[in-house]
Amino acid sequence: MLQATGIVKNFPGVQALRDVSIEVRPNEVVGLIGENGAGKSTLMRVLAGGYRLDGGALTLDGEPLRMRNARDAARHGIGMVFQEQSLVLNLTVAENIYLGEEDRFTRFGLVNWRAMNAAARRQLAKIGVDIDVTARTSELTFAARQMVELAKALTLEEMVERPLLILLDEPTSVLNAADIEVLFARVRSLKSRASFVFVSHRLDEVLAISDRVYTMKDGAVVAEHRAAEVTAPELHEIMVGRGLQAEYYREARQQQPGQKIMVEAKGLAANGFYHGVDLTIRAGEIVGIAGVVGSGREEVTRTIGGFQPHDAGEMKIAGETVRFGSPEPAVRKGIGYVPRERRLEGLVMFLSIAENISLADLSSVMRNGAIDYGKERRLAADWIKRLRIKAPGPDAACRKLSGGNQQKVVLARWMTAGSRILVLDHPTRGLDVGAKEEVYELVRDLSAQGVAILLISDTLEETIGLSHQVLVMRDGEITARFDASPGNKPKQVDLLRAMV
Amino acid sequence: MTLLPGRIATVFGGRRWRSLAPLAVLIVLCLLIAIANPNFIELRNLVRLANSAAVPLTLAMGLTFIILMGSIDLSVEGTLSVAAMVVVLLAANDSNGNDYGWWAVLAAIASGTIMGLISGLVQTMLRIPSFMATLGMWFIGLGLSVYMLGGSAIRLNDASIRDLALHRFLGLPLAVWVAVGAFALAAIIQYHTRLGRHILAIGGDEDVTKLSGVNVTRVRIAAFALAGFFFGIAGVLAAAQLGQSHAVIGDGRLFAAVTAVVVGGTALTGGEGGVVNTLIGVLIVTVLANGMILLGISPYIQQTVQGLMIIAAVALSLDRVRLKIVK
Repeated sequence: MLQATGIVKNFPGVQALRDVSIEVRPNEVVGLIGENGAGKSTLMRVLAGGYRLDGGALTLDGEPLRMRNARDAARHGIGMVFQEQSLVLNLTVAENIYLGEEDRFTRFGLVNWRAMNAAARRQLAKIGVDIDVTARTSELTFAARQMVELAKALTLEEMVERPLLILLDEPTSVLNAADIEVLFARVRSLKSRASFVFVSHRLDEVLAISDRVYTMKDGAVVAEHRAAEVTAPELHEIMVGRGLQAEYYREARQQQPGQKIMVEAKGLAANGFYHGVDLTIRAGEIVGIAGVVGSGREEVTRTIGGFQPHDAGEMKIAGETVRFGSPEPAVRKGIGYVPRERRLEGLVMFLSIAENISLADLSSVMRNGAIDYGKERRLAADWIKRLRIKAPGPDAACRKLSGGNQQKVVLARWMTAGSRILVLDHPTRGLDVGAKEEVYELVRDLSAQGVAILLISDTLEETIGLSHQVLVMRDGEITARFDASPGNKPKQVDLLRAMV
Repeated sequence: MTLLPGRIATVFGGRRWRSLAPLAVLIVLCLLIAIANPNFIELRNLVRLANSAAVPLTLAMGLTFIILMGSIDLSVEGTLSVAAMVVVLLAANDSNGNDYGWWAVLAAIASGTIMGLISGLVQTMLRIPSFMATLGMWFIGLGLSVYMLGGSAIRLNDASIRDLALHRFLGLPLAVWVAVGAFALAAIIQYHTRLGRHILAIGGDEDVTKLSGVNVTRVRIAAFALAGFFFGIAGVLAAAQLGQSHAVIGDGRLFAAVTAVVVGGTALTGGEGGVVNTLIGVLIVTVLANGMILLGISPYIQQTVQGLMIIAAVALSLDRVRLKIVK
């Protein structure tokens, strides 16, 4: 159906796509995998009409295809569901689905909202979901919003007389396992009417949903497989040129935790979020909390990080009873919080690496009451070397770094501030496999240095792989505790049983 | 429902009880003033109240769209004085021999629209923040109108235009009916047209709106032109009410308009609120001013109270809680 031949796309100083050829056949789901920077997103944008090509050509059903923007792509039946959720939160569901397409419901300059709502209801019915089209989008769950996005992409059906091509750019990154299954079921049922290109960091997902998989590396397609004929470890090896085994989580480096109790909670409760939470984290210990959205694990981590005070129970940090009303006292007690939204909470993006690293503890680079820029830069240069941060130098702006390297800068900051306790809130979200491994390596380093770590993560695999001890939460309570020493790791099914 | 009556119902009822706050404030305010001075509810005073709300309401209609978009338009006073200057100089007046009648009114509204259009073009084409673009337009407009008026007050002698202020229909001056018409037009634009929806969407999330295929640049320019259109109408009403145009015809109008929009509950961050909110806001501001006069409060204290009110309104607004950082 769609054929891309010899696509070349250059950005200043980088060749993002080098001679890329792929094809999408009718009623097919094509998976696209690769590390960050391999060119997946660029290729998706090319297919969605977002870039002018520097070489190569696109054809649709044999006809040359030229597109200048998303509207042109839409006219040819190509729709995209974006990586970042692309809905306007203060509009209703129906208004979002037909944003930019109000013309169809407009007569004498007035928009007929009743007709639009009815049309939106039909679209949602097509994918078999029941969402109130007059609800404000901000009131929907992430999973529901994803369905709305899918419905929005499918409105192209009403405009074009041909099977659609829907590009899904990491649609699962914000969904939990159950919602992913729902999304996949929709995609499968829509296959009779449309083709899909599916991009994800999670190889098992790509294999589960795709018919064929293209693997990209360094701006080129390096392999093409039928999904049935390849396994996730094989793909991983092609993608990064490294093996995916137990050493992925550096289990061999997991050491006995120290004796000193760094975090101790007894009967901790926050009204309506969690209650009766007991936990201890020793120096050098990694404690993972598993649970679905709404289990209360997010709030527990936020309490320890100082973002959300507890109402009852007792929390001790290194033996001292505390209650944090804001992150500042938590930082002074040596707690570092590594948030999931690096862009929003983790780094000041337009500041340099050096400025970000010294942010939590400026006194470390002060001399005689003034900031010593030389000292600040040397400190940053030291961390760049120790953490293998890929950057031109200490003065590079953080927004120009890749996600993995940004995460390292966040960690460097807490290490500079002398944090003895780290709260890792989805530390590898949005990172590619290679960058994840570097973060895992770093987590093991920190643990070996005696840093106590509380971890919540997107995948059970990661939680189990990294932790010494895994707690499972459901409805605000701890429902199970598992020892996770090397060789004695709990099984995912056991965790799941306590989660749902 | 998303039809206008339904919209009003969602603004003033249902889950979002907080949006009821401005209406509650208005009612309490009216009750308190009426108790303190029963003259407040005399028909004569209510007519005076409506009359003094006419210009602020028309101005605030235009400004609502801009604030809803997450921008700001500071050119209110400049644009209003240009429109007032144009109508006075083209209609019968005591300075030159022109007597173009209602063509002068059209020209005044057109000049307001053009001022807005320029603000929009400067903002989008030169990529200058609306704050700076309209700050510049404010002084351009002010300078231009004072220059054209030769620094003095010029009387408006066209009887039919003066009738906007002097002639009454159903007991209310025509200017009030024009303002009501401006409100109706603004409500239709906001709730029933693409432009209104796209303005709301830009206020909510501009990037996403762009990705959805909306021509954001065009919407922004159109919104500023629309605001200028309302400012132009307000300029004509102001000139008709005063029977003249002079250098300070716009004084204090920006503050009143911004206060009305904000007190009504439209978020300065954009995406929340609308012209119905602003109607309530204008009434609160006007009733308060009227009440303070009735109670014999010093004009300087009145100003202070208005300043306190605008800060209180923003402080009480729902969205501030979600704002992590204040610039």
